[in-house]
Amino acid sequence: MPESSEHTITREQVAHLADLSRIDLSDAELDDLAPQLSVILESIASIQGVAGDDVPPTSHAMPLTNVYRDDVVRPGLTAEEALSGAPEVEQQRFKVPRILGDEQ
Amino acid sequence: MSYDDAMAQFDPAFGLEVHVELNTATKMFCGCPTEFGAEPNTQTCPTCLGLPGSMPVVNAKAVESAIRIGLALNCEIAPWCRFARKNYFYPDMPKNFQTSQYDEPIAFEGYMDVEVEGETHRIGIERAHMEEDTGKSLHVGGSAGRIHGADYSLVDYNRAGIPLIEIVTKPVLGTGARAPEVARAYVGQLRDLLLGLGVSDVRMEQGSLRCDVNLSLTEQDSASLGTRTETKNVNSLRSVERAARYEVMRQAAVLVGGGSIRQETRHWHEDTGVTTSGREKSDADDYRYFPEPDLVPMAPSREWVEELRSSLPEPPHERRARLQAEWGFSDLEMRDTVGAGALGLVEETVAAGTAPAAARKWWLGELARRANESETDLGSLGVTPADVARVQALVDEGTLNDKLARQVLDGLVAGEGSPDEIVGARGLAIVSDDGALGAAVDHAIAENPEVADKIRDGKVAAAGALIGAVMKEMRGQADAGRVRELILERLR
Amino acid sequence: MNTPDRRTASAIAEALAAGETTSVAVTQAHLDRIAEVDGAVRAFLHVDAEGALRDATASDERRAAGHPWSPLDGVPIAIKDVLATRGLPTTCGSRILEGWVPPYDATVVARLRGAGLPILGKTNMDEFAMGSSTEHSAYGPTHNPWDLDRIPGGSGGGSAAAVSAYEAPLALGTDTGGSIRQPGAVTGTVGVKPTYGGVSRYGLVSLANSLDQAGPVTRTVLDAALLHELIGGHDPLDSTSIDAPVGDLVAAARRGADGDLRGVRIGVVRELGGEGYQAGVLARFEESVELMTKAGAEAVEVSCPHFVHALATYYLILPAEASSNLARFDAMRYGLRVTPDDDPDHRPSAEDVMRATREAGFGDEVKRRIILGTYALSSGYYDAYYGTAQKVRTLVTRDFEAAFEHADVLVSPTAPTTAFRLGEKVDDPLAMYLNDLATIPANLSGVPGISVPSGLADEDGLPAGVQILAPAMADDRVYRVGAALESLLARGWGGALLDRAPELTGASS
Repeated sequence: MPESSEHTITREQVAHLADLSRIDLSDAELDDLAPQLSVILESIASIQGVAGDDVPPTSHAMPLTNVYRDDVVRPGLTAEEALSGAPEVEQQRFKVPRILGDEQ
Repeated sequence: MSYDDAMAQFDPAFGLEVHVELNTATKMFCGCPTEFGAEPNTQTCPTCLGLPGSMPVVNAKAVESAIRIGLALNCEIAPWCRFARKNYFYPDMPKNFQTSQYDEPIAFEGYMDVEVEGETHRIGIERAHMEEDTGKSLHVGGSAGRIHGADYSLVDYNRAGIPLIEIVTKPVLGTGARAPEVARAYVGQLRDLLLGLGVSDVRMEQGSLRCDVNLSLTEQDSASLGTRTETKNVNSLRSVERAARYEVMRQAAVLVGGGSIRQETRHWHEDTGVTTSGREKSDADDYRYFPEPDLVPMAPSREWVEELRSSLPEPPHERRARLQAEWGFSDLEMRDTVGAGALGLVEETVAAGTAPAAARKWWLGELARRANESETDLGSLGVTPADVARVQALVDEGTLNDKLARQVLDGLVAGEGSPDEIVGARGLAIVSDDGALGAAVDHAIAENPEVADKIRDGKVAAAGALIGAVMKEMRGQADAGRVRELILERLR
Repeated sequence: MNTPDRRTASAIAEALAAGETTSVAVTQAHLDRIAEVDGAVRAFLHVDAEGALRDATASDERRAAGHPWSPLDGVPIAIKDVLATRGLPTTCGSRILEGWVPPYDATVVARLRGAGLPILGKTNMDEFAMGSSTEHSAYGPTHNPWDLDRIPGGSGGGSAAAVSAYEAPLALGTDTGGSIRQPGAVTGTVGVKPTYGGVSRYGLVSLANSLDQAGPVTRTVLDAALLHELIGGHDPLDSTSIDAPVGDLVAAARRGADGDLRGVRIGVVRELGGEGYQAGVLARFEESVELMTKAGAEAVEVSCPHFVHALATYYLILPAEASSNLARFDAMRYGLRVTPDDDPDHRPSAEDVMRATREAGFGDEVKRRIILGTYALSSGYYDAYYGTAQKVRTLVTRDFEAAFEHADVLVSPTAPTTAFRLGEKVDDPLAMYLNDLATIPANLSGVPGISVPSGLADEDGLPAGVQILAPAMADDRVYRVGAALESLLARGWGGALLDRAPELTGASS
């Protein structure tokens, strides 16, 4: 049925999405998630076609605009507070495992 | 392959993405200070640390600066725009998304006219948008603090959340062999423009202006653009030109050798003068942008935009014409000044009380040479217009002569402190104490009796030999004019 | 077994003001109750007896000096574990935040401290507020005080159960799709989701930023109004906070208590009822409408045709926003860090550690929604999913606007069923999602809503709730009508619904 296959998430897709979201899913989880998500997606994809092209999207429930703050320094955290939850600290910095990739 | 050979076959097209740190007192989305060089992790709060539950609030001054930059670049200002989340994981980015702007930049569709050797090139500006900076990582272990091979990294989030404006040009075509120079001139002129607006310190050596250079080659007479590379980390004016030049030659060699150019990110290595291929990022092409739900849309009123427009400093070409007239520079002198990226520096030095010719002499003569020697830009030498003005003032008041002044400049470049501190520390002041000078003069006369006789006989020109002897004894720290006076007083 | 302190917050406040009791005595009584029954109810993830008593002592001193900070100064409160509390663990029901102690207070928490309310502790919830039963808490489920084998609703089941079991007179919850109102309905308590932007979200760990809203969890409508006025109002740290006064909610609740609803138009939403709703829940709802009509209200039927799409819309918007919000839990700056060690030749990179930590630290439902949300935002799918959902959201809002032209408030059952059994739906995500059918539209459009107990369903004797919705910024209406319904029902019952809850006895299950 083309209708249902349109909203199917494959195991490979789940693996790619898990990669994008940095979750090391187990094989069993990958097996389970693909059909589960397909069922959910099938159900929620029902809204496609409900809204015409002329309907504007709502991203905020309240239509506020131009909310700014003045460029004035506010007290923040001490280094001790900032680092209080850190798994590891060295030289008053967050110690993290070696970073793969390029200098940013 | 030489640059000229490459040019014979290919036509370069380039584009620049410039990130500018604004000089607001506080960060883009929180009230943390933005001072450079603070102790690590002392300028953070829940928001810029991305702590669970924290929320952003937009800095009004940053929006104002973004609009002013947009206007100065002849851009349209969006009547309504939003921030969006750019989702990707990186340890120096506290939320693992960057709050940026996506398809609704605050400024778009502008241009800047860039002059190179008397020729004007119009650089199209695609967009200027607001975003936040990341934290800074220190790589420990492995080779010399580089990321590759490091054992671990130490992250400081003081920089995280500092407001950035990203200015993206349209592809620049038709500049031919001048492409690298035009690219450099664009960045130099952009820097002057930002300085003039007062929106950024634009200190490339501190990373407050950072460049990515996109470059592609098209075969002569071909209609379609070639594949482009994006070279990151190009953080001085000189490097912009060198990196562009290098990429032209590299890509030409690949193409001539029958290869094809990969669309990729490359890294510029200041020390070796080459670019290298960057690591592929798996999620680089899927940032999953969506409107930032914690912020509301911005709709700058037309009144506000017009008010900001009317407060803009004069446009660069008008400014150049005015300054040239005020300073009495020749066309060539003016062109050299602009070409060296020294216009703003000279202007500020003049504003600090120095004669225009003297200001030009120091910046374009002495300091440009030093910048060249240390492969950096004038603006990155660590010498400020106020320093130069002070040096000239010391010359004018007779404390320094030109030779000593050059030594003070050496001290400034070496970071030894203010001109006065350097004069003190290095003991450079001219000896104006007539007692000490007189003794040296007497000594020189006694040592050179035949020269002294000539002077007594009226051959005043012979005094030069005695002056030289005195200066040598004083190790240069004497005012030659005063020495001459003292010699003539004694031998008349 | 000691008798619990069954007084409402307003009654405690009056007793404190009259000098009939002390905050220390009240706080200690609730701590004792927690010690006695929470082993069975498991409403709390963290109890701060020492801090609560210290705050209570300070409150008593203020009162003795004649300077209480607020009408509720000295009345203890429990806080959902999704709100940042300086110095108190905040886990969001997740393993990934186990042991995290925030260095800052959420604005609502700061306001409670500033108003002098001792904080009893942090209450259990579905992990990152994803769920309708608290079964998705990494620390085990909370049990419904009416029947310990049943769920207390979710995600804020801990707060509702704490209030229902007299472990706290007041609690704070958060409501993204019904997480305050649905637990209120199934535990026989009152829960209010304020107008979006009416209560600060600063310090509320985001599930779906454009839907989340903190609000009161109480046993009476008046208590909810008292608490709402304390926590509501503009917050410059929350850009989506409305810069307008909260309104006189306490006055509205007091006015409503007279039970007079003349001149009030009540819209019964056709799409929120019927199929999928338990008979006993519908029966209690219809009685409530009848009672209100007898009290002078005019009942009209309204149609909100796009509400049938609200659930699907919600399950596209929420995972999308959540997938991005939860990206920050990466083992670099705070929380759990799991280092994989399977390969001695490969030193784990930051990325390896992120992947391993997120795999170990997030539960199944959280992973499910992160993957779904990542999918919905992916290039090529954005327009079809997230983009479409934002458009349907507009249609839902238009339905509300049209309905509010014919009615001052809209009413429906709060949840389609009474409390189901623990384990009954935990492996069936779609069945679980259906619990929020009636509550979700209000979140999509930002309108305020209250759940008021409507009685016990005939088939299982468990509490059901009526939901009352009002236009944005008209929170006072939900208090007026809610208080009226509460008082009309109490007259019929001859007391509060909770008086009929079974006695809790020590530890079980």
